Formats: sequence, structure tokens, C-alpha cells
Amino acid sequence: MLAKRIIPCLDVTAGRVVKGVSFVELRDAGDPVEIARRYNEQGADELAFLDITASSDDRGIIYRIIEQVATQVFIPLTVGGGVREVGDVRNLLNAGADKVSINTAAVLNPQLVADAAGRYGSQCIVVAIDAKQTGPDRWEVFTHGGRNATGLDAVEWARKIQDLGAGEILLTSMDRDGQKNGFDLVLTRTITDALEIPVIASGGVGNLQHLVDGVKKGGADAVLAASIFHFGEYTVRQAKQFMAQHDIEVRL
Amino acid sequence: MGNLRSVEQALRNVAPDAEIVVTDDPEVITSAKRVVFPGQGAMPECMRELDARGLRDAVLLAARSRPFLGICIGLQMLFEHSAEGDVAGLGILHGKVVRFDSNMHDALGNKLKVPHMGWNQVHHVQHPLWDGIEQDARFYFVHSYYVQPQDASLVQATSKYPQSFVCAVAKDNLFGVQFHPEKSHTAGLKLLQNFVQWNP
Repeated sequence: MLAKRIIPCLDVTAGRVVKGVSFVELRDAGDPVEIARRYNEQGADELAFLDITASSDDRGIIYRIIEQVATQVFIPLTVGGGVREVGDVRNLLNAGADKVSINTAAVLNPQLVADAAGRYGSQCIVVAIDAKQTGPDRWEVFTHGGRNATGLDAVEWARKIQDLGAGEILLTSMDRDGQKNGFDLVLTRTITDALEIPVIASGGVGNLQHLVDGVKKGGADAVLAASIFHFGEYTVRQAKQFMAQHDIEVRL
Repeated sequence: MGNLRSVEQALRNVAPDAEIVVTDDPEVITSAKRVVFPGQGAMPECMRELDARGLRDAVLLAARSRPFLGICIGLQMLFEHSAEGDVAGLGILHGKVVRFDSNMHDALGNKLKVPHMGWNQVHHVQHPLWDGIEQDARFYFVHSYYVQPQDASLVQATSKYPQSFVCAVAKDNLFGVQFHPEKSHTAGLKLLQNFVQWNP
């Protein structure tokens, strides 16, 4: 049967992998190509790269990184951050990305999701949703790296982008991101139950039990984590072995 | 048509001395010793593009005459008909392409998502392209449709989601896979290496 995926996420700025807490306080974690290679050797199922470069001058850096990774690492590569138009999707695919993640631009212009999926196929269009709890069983979508409230309900928004042709959702709980106290399992379960397409849970992983909970309680199809892998707390393989011990189907 | 670069990179990795060309030129296809026919996205658009670029005859000729590997929609296009957009395929192989049911569930009652996306086990029969690949090795899939060949003897591998479905077929010099060998790490690279050395 299909395995649940573990996806290490590399936040990249100025050619380095960094990791922050709740989208701020960045800490250096190393060279992206080297880190990608290491996770691949450890059995990562996919790699996500998020270009968090603020200045558009540095946009070329992510293309060069993806090009280098793609010649050495033969697993799916998802790249997001700063994708504004169909041309950005094309450039990232040409650099070697297999999937492109769209966040803010999807909210500003939902047609972009439809256009990109129509052009390159739903399988390569991931829509990233940054959601923040605003009430019991209610989450609002935020954009611009979590700075701007949109007034959009996360569940309704997820359904809409599924209908527009997104192939997958990358769901980040802003309340949990970097906190290391686990995924927002209610949010994850609510979104995954509402959709036909796969959901990647993100934000808040601090230990391996959190990954198990994301799949078993949250119903996630894939789990994404950054800091537990970057700073050597666990290897990807340890995470997979732990999940397998908890009766989760993984690729070992 | 999705990411041809990934297929190119993986072929370069397994065949560093070969000349590998990504092309939509019928003459280049016709003069190639081996042809890889990847496809991603939607079948109607892939068929339309094939004709718009005048590639149908070159692909048909290649599929009849030399080692030929269809990947994902490149496999589906070999069949007669696809439920995706209700379009005709190339009809090189008898059979059709159908969609996974919505509302599928696993043994624990969890909803199974479509597209079928991720690493699944591939159960294969004997064929040179599986040489050195473990039985039930995992390959990376991303698709909502799968092939149903009329002739069961063509089936080279199956996978489960949750029912068994065909994920590889072969006939003479043709081999087709539903998964993405170019994104399937060592098992995928091994299959591509077997393909570049295959002499049917």
C-alpha cells in the first residue's frame, strides 16, 4: 500500500538553509545542496524548499540551488516562496523542481492556480495554506509569510483551490510553527477530511511522536518537518523507523 | 507536459556516456536508438500537443521498432482510450485508461486520496527491466488514472490502492510504467539503467 511520506523542509535565504520560530528569529542550518543530499541518503520521500528571500534580487539563487540538487537527488522536489505568476512556475520546473508551491499569489489571484495546473498539470501544483486559529474549529488564512490576514476561512479556501486544480495542500499551522509542541491536529483532520487531494501537515513538530500523531490523529497524507532534522536531533531514517513501529506504512 | 528535465537528469546519471536529447523534432526521434516517452499533466492536452507538433507518426514508428519506455501519461497514451477527457490514445496497445474511484478507503477506514501520490510497492513478474530490483520495491507515483490492458499477459507489475491496479506493461520492444522511475531513487535509477542496456 501507499506509504505516508516524510518531507524535510529547507527554508532557504541568501543561499543558506535557516530555521526560525513562528516565521522569525532565523538560525543558520547549513548548505542546502549538502543538506538535501544527506536527507536523500537517509531515505526522505520528498524534499521541500522554501525560498524565504525578501529581496527579488536574490531570486536567482534558488534556481541555482535547485539545479544542483536535481542532478544529484532523484526524489520529488517541491519548491515554493515568491511564486507570483505562471512564468515563475515554469522557471522552477525548468530548474528541476517537480512541484511548485504557491501561497500568497494564490490568494491574491486564484486564477493563477487554475492557469498553472492547466498548463503543467495538477500533479505539480501545491497550494500552501498558512492558517491561524481564530475561534473554536475556525482557522483563517494568512499570507505574506504570516503577516497579513485575509478573512478567508481555511476550510473553504482549501476546497476552492482543490476545485481550481491544486494537486496537493501544504497546510501550516501558524500557531504551532517552530513551537515544537506538535501539529494542530484538529486543523489537519478538518482539512484532510474536507478534501479529495493529499494534505501535507506542517508546523510544530518537536519529536517523533508528533509525526505519528499527524498521520494517525490528524489524518495527514504526508508530514513535513524542519528543525528536528536540521539540528541533528533525529535522522529521517529514525523518524521512519519510529513511524513503522507505530504501524504506519513508510518506505524504509 | 510537466518536467522533462527530471527524466533527462536521471538518464544522464545512469548513462553518462550516452547522447541524451530532449526533443520535439520527429527526425531526431526517428533517428534515436532508444526512445523515452514521458508525459505529465492531462492526457487530452498531451494528445493534442503530440499532434500539434506533428509527432504522432514518429512516436508510432519508434514504438514499433526500438526500445521504447513510456512513463506515466506516456504509458497511458499507448492505449486506445482514456476516461480523462474521453479522448482516444495512440492505440498501440489494446485497452483503456480509467480513473480511481472517489470515496475509496483503506482497511482502517481512512479516506484514500486521489491523486494517488507517493511511494507504493510494485509487485513485478520476470522481465529484464526488473533485473536487480527487489520484489515489492517502492516507486514514486502521482496519478489519478491507470491503465487496463485487454491482454493480461502484457502486465509486468501491479500495485495496490486499495485494489490491485496495473503499473507496468510490456510488449516486444515496448515497456511502460505508471510510476516515475526518474523520481524513485535507487530502484528507479536501476530500472532506467536496465532500460538503456535493454536489447529486446
